[in-house]
Amino acid sequence: MSGLQKWRARGHVAYLAFVVHRVSGVLLALFIPLHLWTLGKALNRPQALDSFLVWSDQPLVKFAETGLVLMLALHLGCGLRLLMLELLAWRQWQQTLAALAAAGGVAAALLFALRLA
Amino acid sequence: MSQTLQVDVWRGGADGHYQTFEVPHREHQTVLDVVTYIQRELDPSLSYRYACRVGMCGSCAMSVNGKARWTCRTHVKRVVEHGRLRLAPLDNLPRIKDLATDMAPFFDKIGQARGTFVPTRTRHDPFAAIAPDSPARASIDEAIECIGCGVCYASCDTVAWNPDYLGPAALNRAWTLMQDSRDAAHAERLLAVAGDAGCHACHTHMSCTERCPKQLSPTASIAGLKRLALGAALKGEL
Ligand code: SF4
Ligand code: SF4
Ligand code: FES
Repeated sequence: MSGLQKWRARGHVAYLAFVVHRVSGVLLALFIPLHLWTLGKALNRPQALDSFLVWSDQPLVKFAETGLVLMLALHLGCGLRLLMLELLAWRQWQQTLAALAAAGGVAAALLFALRLA
Repeated sequence: MSQTLQVDVWRGGADGHYQTFEVPHREHQTVLDVVTYIQRELDPSLSYRYACRVGMCGSCAMSVNGKARWTCRTHVKRVVEHGRLRLAPLDNLPRIKDLATDMAPFFDKIGQARGTFVPTRTRHDPFAAIAPDSPARASIDEAIECIGCGVCYASCDTVAWNPDYLGPAALNRAWTLMQDSRDAAHAERLLAVAGDAGCHACHTHMSCTERCPKQLSPTASIAGLKRLALGAALKGEL
């Protein structure tokens, strides 16, 4: 089998959801230590936090943060989809629709929250 | 429609290569027709399997342009790409020769998943009465038509990653028996399918469900087993 065919055989929605779930999980795992480190700064050394916050106000950093919120939303959405698939015994299009709705809703809600913040 | 097909066919066992044949393209031709043409007209040494030719026996599955399919019910015009077909033995199974794989691991796992019915009655007892519209019977109906073709098994990445994984067909079979009120082996079967290489190993990729030619959903059956295992674990039975 050629490499391209190998990827195409996996190019269906459920496989994509699996990959997104995995990749967003890994990225979140990388991000969380950074997040806790920033929180730690806020508690212990407010001046250092201030300079960090100034740094984090740059557009590129803002952009990356939006990406992280998106990762969180996607990871949550994919997780909810899995729970529905496995615990609610729904079938076929119902579960696809419900999962899409849930994932879309969660993503929208989180992005909105980010806008407000 | 181009007049000839270029058909790359896997030759040899695990170490092999593709050999290209030219086959006339005909209306309503199935992939199995193409393989049979090669074997009858071009190279009688080609090994492959089939029996029923009507989608019942499950013996003709192969990888066609990268996707596992039942070849007797797959029309060439639906899968051909730029006049080419690439045929290989099913993935995730040992290759014997050319397009024939050793299906033993696949069928052994149906055994390991306790895929055989264990009766609670003898033939001297009266027939069991199962209401056709009972929820258990309806849920069995959704999973029972498996022809044992191995398409799901060949499409499952979890099988590729963990060779011990029981795989979609064996777990689907186990699910039908777990719903069967006449069966006497529910406890042992649940134990057999709830291990490390059982239902919990499934990542819900749904490639099995995507490809099953009988349009079954082994993923849904496996999810059912996961729920049964969870319920039993919560009750302290597992
Ligand atoms: S579940 Fe479907 S794909 Fe898998 S062996 Fe049975 S019929 Fe074939
Ligand atoms: S849903 Fe489970 S059994 Fe089916 S292809 Fe994915 S991992 Fe394999
Ligand atoms: S030859 Fe029997 S299913 Fe294809």
